[in-house]
Amino acid sequence: CCVITGTGRRRKVHGMLKLYYGLNEEGKSNEQPQALDPCDINGPHFDPEIYMNKLRRECTLAELMDQETCMVKQIRSLDSDMQTLVYENYNKFISATDTIRKMKNDFKKMEDEMDCLSANMEAITDFSARISGTLQDQHTQITKLSGVHTLLRKLQFLFELPARLNKCLELQAYSQAVSSHRRARCVLQQYSHLPSFRGIQDDCHAIMDKLAQELRQKFRDGGTSAKDLSECVELLLQLDEPAEELCDKFLSHARSRLESDLQGLEFIDRGCNEFVSSLCLVITSYQELFIVHAQSDELASKNITQMANAKLHAFVDDLAACYFSLVERRIQEEKSVGDNSLLVRALDRFHRRLQAVAKLLPGSSVPHHGTEIVIRAATERVKQYLSALQSFYMDSLTDVRQALATPRLSVAGELLSSLSASILNQIKSVLASVHLFTAKDITFSNKPYFKGEFCSQGVRESLVVSFIKFICQSSRQFCESAGDKGGSTPPILLLLLSRLCLDYETSTISYILTLTDEQFLVQHHTPVTPVTALCAEAREAAQKLLNHYVKVQGLIISQMLRKSVETRDWVNTIEPRNVRAVMKRVVEDATSIDVQVGLLYEEGVRKAHSSDSSKRTFSVYSSSRQQAARYAASYTPSAPLDTNLLSNIHKLFSERIDIFSSVEFNKVSVMTGIIKISLKTFLECVRLRTFGRYGLQQIQVDCHYLQMYLWRFVSDENLVHFLLDEIVGSSAHRCLDPAPMEQSVIEVICERG
Amino acid sequence: MEDDAPVIYGLEFQARALTAQTAETDAIRFLVGTQSLKFENQIHVIEFDDENNIINKNVLLHQAGEIWHIGASPADKAVLTTCYNKSESHCLYLFFFFLILLSRASFPTASDSRVVSCAAVWRMPCDLETESHESPDDSAHNPQALELLCHLDDSTYGNAACVLWEPMGDGKRVISLADNHALLWDLQESFTQAKVSSTATLEGKGQLKFTSGKWSPHHNSSQFATANETAIRAWDLRTMSQIYCIENAHGQLVRDLDFNPNRQYYLASCGDDCKVKFWDVRNVQEPVKTLEDHSHWVWSVRYNHSHDQLVLTASSDSRLILSNMVSISSEPFGHLVDDDELSEGEDNHQEEKNKEPLKDSVVSTYEEHEDSVYAAEWSSADPWLFASLSYDGRLVINRVPRALKYRILL
Repeated sequence: CCVITGTGRRRKVHGMLKLYYGLNEEGKSNEQPQALDPCDINGPHFDPEIYMNKLRRECTLAELMDQETCMVKQIRSLDSDMQTLVYENYNKFISATDTIRKMKNDFKKMEDEMDCLSANMEAITDFSARISGTLQDQHTQITKLSGVHTLLRKLQFLFELPARLNKCLELQAYSQAVSSHRRARCVLQQYSHLPSFRGIQDDCHAIMDKLAQELRQKFRDGGTSAKDLSECVELLLQLDEPAEELCDKFLSHARSRLESDLQGLEFIDRGCNEFVSSLCLVITSYQELFIVHAQSDELASKNITQMANAKLHAFVDDLAACYFSLVERRIQEEKSVGDNSLLVRALDRFHRRLQAVAKLLPGSSVPHHGTEIVIRAATERVKQYLSALQSFYMDSLTDVRQALATPRLSVAGELLSSLSASILNQIKSVLASVHLFTAKDITFSNKPYFKGEFCSQGVRESLVVSFIKFICQSSRQFCESAGDKGGSTPPILLLLLSRLCLDYETSTISYILTLTDEQFLVQHHTPVTPVTALCAEAREAAQKLLNHYVKVQGLIISQMLRKSVETRDWVNTIEPRNVRAVMKRVVEDATSIDVQVGLLYEEGVRKAHSSDSSKRTFSVYSSSRQQAARYAASYTPSAPLDTNLLSNIHKLFSERIDIFSSVEFNKVSVMTGIIKISLKTFLECVRLRTFGRYGLQQIQVDCHYLQMYLWRFVSDENLVHFLLDEIVGSSAHRCLDPAPMEQSVIEVICERG
Repeated sequence: MEDDAPVIYGLEFQARALTAQTAETDAIRFLVGTQSLKFENQIHVIEFDDENNIINKNVLLHQAGEIWHIGASPADKAVLTTCYNKSESHCLYLFFFFLILLSRASFPTASDSRVVSCAAVWRMPCDLETESHESPDDSAHNPQALELLCHLDDSTYGNAACVLWEPMGDGKRVISLADNHALLWDLQESFTQAKVSSTATLEGKGQLKFTSGKWSPHHNSSQFATANETAIRAWDLRTMSQIYCIENAHGQLVRDLDFNPNRQYYLASCGDDCKVKFWDVRNVQEPVKTLEDHSHWVWSVRYNHSHDQLVLTASSDSRLILSNMVSISSEPFGHLVDDDELSEGEDNHQEEKNKEPLKDSVVSTYEEHEDSVYAAEWSSADPWLFASLSYDGRLVINRVPRALKYRILL
């Protein structure tokens, strides 16, 4: 019984261990319901009493016996297991105890050795302290000696400095001198209170002053190149010369040299080659000196960079302005319009060189100004060409005038063609010259100005259009100025110009403008004068000139007629035997004018004549005679009203005649105008006079003569008839004794004349 | 606004001389002198009845000869001057005389065969006015003659071209222009005696002849201007010396001139170069303005008496042109507002300012004439009315277009 109990206890312990180590056996889940089972021999809640009771109750004796033997066997194996385990653990424990004991012995030994070591160390320290105590004095002495040595070497340098500097000075190795001096400078400064050092310092100063003097001298010296100069400045800068002053000096020096360049500037080429390149050199060296250096230099603050930059800009601007004004003056002197290519090339080179400045000095306004100058020069050039064209035109007009003064009339047509041809050639050559400005190999032709505005506004408007306008305007001026002063312009010139303007209107203007547009690829983004406006202007000028021509010629004839009527005593004149010389003169003049106009203008349309026009003149005149007779007849006291009535009725059927009216561009119209003016004058003059019988008859003869010759010139011969009828009628009115001459007599007289 | 149609009056004879009856300020009355070598010449007194649009006429005989110029006294309605041609010679007689002379060796021109221009002062019959209203037609049958007051006997000086009354004067002083002389006459004893008080003579090469003249209304009527050939000259009456001269005022003969009634230095002239020019006499190098609207000689230029922007020109192109020369008038910005009107309302003034200044322009061209128009005159009674006379004896009375009239007035 107690064995079972022993087994149960073991199980319990085993389970407890298992629990402790957290081992879960396979049947754990089954154990759980058995855990509380007090009959489970391996369970933790095993109760031997209950188990025994259970066995006794359930099992038979045999079974109990078997159970007992099995249990005894199990108890025995468990006991043996326990015995082996205990034995093993005991051995281990014994070996551990042995090791600890051994360790204990070793530590003891070590402790002794450590004690010994510390004792030794103490002895060493002691010794060391003693040694250092003895060596102390010597050490300080050595340090002192080495210090003295370096000092002595420095002193030697210092003492030798003046001599060395002098030598450098002699050899002009300025940079070495300056670097030497720089090294010594601080020391000398520090010990300047000692008399000996003082002396050295003074010596050095003197030498350095001399050196600076020499540098400055060199600086001032005109012959030094820009590179030398920059070296000088660099050295001087290291010599603590004030930077600002140096800047000024440097620039002023550069200025004087560049200005001397400018004074000698004869031509842009030279200016480009020398001045601009020197300017570039100055800019680079300056930038290197004051700006790049200053940036790397610790000494220099930012202010100096800014200052230097500002100064440089001012300097460049200033000089460039100077240069530009010279260039501009030079360009302005370039008045001869013969060869434009030289100027264009000069401008091109000028422009190109300035691009270099632009690259060097990005913020500068110099290239901008340069471009402006080029633009100005170009516009100036265009203006010059315009005035050249204008003077050429006026000159050719003078030539034409002289040619016209010679009495060969037939040349008028040739003169016109040669005049218009030479003007056209001149325009073409001018266009070709101006075209150089936009040539592809010219740098500035890429500028937007030269691509757009120069072509449209410059060339097209202010050159070509202006010239055409000038022609029209000068033509109009001939009408206005000459009008009152009695025709200082020869009438034939008016006629010629009128034809010229008309030709311009019909073809030349559009030709010239097309030519311009093609050559210059004018982009019409700016409003330009349209061809039609110019043509209208030319036509207007032509019309005005022709009208004026008619007026002038009409007035010349009118004047003759007026004088002839005014100066004669028509009351007391003799019986007419001849046509008056004035009338012959009038017909001659009309004929020569007819020839003149015929050379330049087409015939024009006239109303169809009947097959026998010359005869008809007589027949018409006979009607005029009837009218004269009618006037005469009306001079009876009985019917004073009839005169007016008749003449009014007559007028009702004839159109109103405008005397000084516009004429058409053909010969007949021109002649009609001139004859109208002349005859109307004749009429008005006649009305102011009083006639005797022979006076009236003389007028009759004269009018018949005019009738015979003038009809052929006019577009509508009825016009001549009408006016001559009026003249005869009016003189009959103004006649004290109206007794008209026989028509046959008149005809005889006229034919004889 | 429809304008009234022009009123036309036909004379039987040719005529050049026209004037307004200057002293008459109520009735619109014009005087026309005829030109006839054969018949008795007449002076037609033409009264225009504005309300009824009727013309009443009176014919007075001017027996002395054909009338070239006529001038009405500014003081006395009934007094007028004429320049006329006297041709005493008889042609038949002349012819015989001529033959007799021809048989002799020398041939001096007989003085009596010449046509002489004279000037005289006349008085119109005083019962004229009453008669004209009642029976205008009758008067034509019994024409009364003018009463001769005195001759401006200038035959020693030459042919009279025109007679100028002192503007706004008492009608006692006239200037006559004869060839190259200007004569100042004092009319005494109620116009029956005329005495030359001073003379001015134009010296120069050739035969100089005054073509026309005008007495300036400015400077106390102490100046007058004359035209000869292409020059205009001004004279001072007190010293009878030349003040200024516009040489070559026109390219051809100067036909007429007129003073601006409101601007003392402004003068208009016209001539055979078909132009009308306006001058500032302080600078005579260039005209202030030039008009070239006519297509033949311009024979007459007249400023409107009250609105000097209105200028009438008559030409032998048979046209009459009324121009509106605002820019050189005394009212360049339209009618100037008086102070009284100003006080009435600022609005008026404001409107005035906003108004665009009128531009110089031709107001209208009158084409009623069929022959050369030698004379045009403004009425002295109605500033909006004018008459023009063409050689064929047609007198046309026109009015300023209403639109312009109201524009000027308002």
